[in-house]
Amino acid sequence: MGVRKGIEVSLAISEAVAQCNVDLIAAYPITPQTHIVEHLSEIVANGELDAEFVPVESEHSAMSVCCGSAAVGARTFTSTSSQGLALMSEIFIIASAMRLPVVMALANRSLSSPLSIWNDHTDTMLVRDAGWIQVFIENGQEAYDHMPWAFRVAEDPDVLLPVAVNIDGFILTHMIEPVEYIEDSVIKKYLPEFKYPIALHPDNPLSMGCFAMPELYTEAQKARDNAVVNSYSTIVKAWKEWEQLTGRSYHPIETYRADDADYCIVTMGSYGETAMEVVDMLREEGEKVGAVKIRLWRPFPFDDFYKAVLGKNHLVVIDRAISFGGPGGPVASELRSALYSKQGAPKVINYVAGLAGRDVSRHDFKNILLDAKEKVQRGEMEGYTLYGLRG
Amino acid sequence: MDRFTVFAPRLVEKAEYFTSGHRACQGCAEALAVRLVMKALGRNTIVAMATGCMEIISSPLPTTAWNVPWIHVAFENASAVISGCEAGMKVLMRKGKVPEKKINFVAMGGDGATADIGMGQLSGALERGHDMIYVCFDNEAYMNTGIQRSSSTPYGASTTTSPAGKVSIGQRTQKKNLPQIAVAHNIPYVATACPSFPFDLMEKVKKAANIKGPAYVHILSVCPTGWRIPTSDSIRYGRLAVDTGVFPLYEVVDGKYRMTYEPQKLRPVGDYLKGQGRFRHLKDKDIEEIQRRVNQEYEKIISKCGGM
Ligand SMILES: Cc1ncc(C[n+]2csc(CCOP(=O)(O)OP(=O)(O)O)c2C)c(N)n1
Ligand code: SF4
Ligand SMILES: [Mg+2]
Repeated sequence: MGVRKGIEVSLAISEAVAQCNVDLIAAYPITPQTHIVEHLSEIVANGELDAEFVPVESEHSAMSVCCGSAAVGARTFTSTSSQGLALMSEIFIIASAMRLPVVMALANRSLSSPLSIWNDHTDTMLVRDAGWIQVFIENGQEAYDHMPWAFRVAEDPDVLLPVAVNIDGFILTHMIEPVEYIEDSVIKKYLPEFKYPIALHPDNPLSMGCFAMPELYTEAQKARDNAVVNSYSTIVKAWKEWEQLTGRSYHPIETYRADDADYCIVTMGSYGETAMEVVDMLREEGEKVGAVKIRLWRPFPFDDFYKAVLGKNHLVVIDRAISFGGPGGPVASELRSALYSKQGAPKVINYVAGLAGRDVSRHDFKNILLDAKEKVQRGEMEGYTLYGLRG
Repeated sequence: MDRFTVFAPRLVEKAEYFTSGHRACQGCAEALAVRLVMKALGRNTIVAMATGCMEIISSPLPTTAWNVPWIHVAFENASAVISGCEAGMKVLMRKGKVPEKKINFVAMGGDGATADIGMGQLSGALERGHDMIYVCFDNEAYMNTGIQRSSSTPYGASTTTSPAGKVSIGQRTQKKNLPQIAVAHNIPYVATACPSFPFDLMEKVKKAANIKGPAYVHILSVCPTGWRIPTSDSIRYGRLAVDTGVFPLYEVVDGKYRMTYEPQKLRPVGDYLKGQGRFRHLKDKDIEEIQRRVNQEYEKIISKCGGM
């Protein structure tokens, strides 16, 4: 097995990307993503990785360069956050429509205004429906592991879709954590060379990104939806193979002490680790609580989700983004909708917490659970609560 | 051999890489310009095209007019997309994943794509020094969306968002000088061209392709629909634009200017403006003002070319 290093998670991500022998990186600086691309440019500058680092003049261009690069068949990586994602969103959406397998490390951060550099999930929810494969990770090791995994899935000829790995900004990107490095030879075995079947080359002239009349647009969207839905089997297979090589297992939906739980805390991203600690703490106190963690956000793993939660009584869903004037946080809204027609579906109690990096500790999780119980008793389970609102 | 002479027509590539059957309007000189550019570039070319007339008319699914690899991503980003193609291909060849070969990486956009929404991306691509050609097809408005003004629309032209009216002359601003902006990036090659001068155009595109580093070619492309002229007059108006000095044909190689075609004596701008529906409302004194401005700009170019 590989060596264990204490390293800042951003740097571990860069080094994993370099181990994937990426061909082209195009990125523009924005906090908290910057360390990832700074370190990659350093790796390229030192000749440790033979790649083109394209220092673009905006995130819109970053994603555009990535599209051109993937279209000629180069292994392509970018990373951004927040305003950068918002600026590139036009091209972000097109990348998946054109089946360009770009990989992105998305260091999650809130959106302006007020300007804030801190972590939540408002940026990523902006592109929820963009047709990318989207996963959330919990710690530095997972961040490292999910770079080879992302290329493996994106470039699989059965998939050919871009993949975004969501990494909580600062909470994860700027932490120094122990990370086990996998040997280059293992990664090489796991990640075959990228062979893009529709690469642009004069020997094979083809037109990419054509326009469609209404007679074809719907069918094009259906094909795209099929591609995202069907990527599921490759996603799971790629996790299984990673487990065989490293011993670390990943699943679309993961549960913790949830079997007999009356209340399950549902999270995405780094809050999953806090949730598990709180579960342990409350179990000691005799509470029947568990945790459900959504790792795969798109394609949404409905069956895994049902398997994890049907038969449970209450889900306490922690969202990290608001849908203004909407039905609740985006995660809770989706889960409620997924459960609506299911017999014996658990009740969903929704909290929006930790916006723009406001700290949510174990203590806060406990408060949320107590509050949820009271709400259930009062029968007030609709809508959502903005946890920790002051004044 | 680089210069086209009387034998030039015989030297022109017979093959078509931008083929007929596309949906451009009758008399579209922008489509003609694209066709000539492609003849000059030949088969070993990858094109990234901006949204606009040429993209729409050439690529309705499931058909295509393109016989070279072609990619369209969005309106403003052809220069960034081609940057990615060029850099991506370069590293693939360096790593031996794709066999070495000289490929022309060409971005194409209209004046709206170039002068307005894609200005920053063009500047970025030129500054980064990619081995690419950017070709701007300037028909002096957003034609694809229905003849709205751009910053490349000339003073006095009536468009659907700069309409001439009781208190407006139409476009109130002077045409943005894109070739000069390109020159300011200190790139090795910049040229202006017009399909009414087809051999001059093709020679310039070939030069642009043979030079290493970024090249910029700005092509005045008459649009009979938007300029409100008869479809049979597109070539004539292109000639008039050059013969009146409204659109001088020149090139800038490593910062050195050269006039590639100089009319013996400039015709009055009225010859060019009259007959175009977009200028129909102009009064004599407006035309005088435009003449003054054309003379001034023409002088500047002449002096940059070292007098003459
Ligand atoms: C971001 C964005 N804004 C606006 C549009 C609408 N749009 C498409 S083409 C176009 C005008 C194109 O003008 P130009 O670049 O001059 O090309 P032409 O059609 O005149 O050849 C506009 C405004 C778009 N597609 N994308
Ligand atoms: S509107 Fe003008 S530029 Fe567009 S296809 Fe028609 S003639 Fe050509
Ligand atoms: Mg135009």
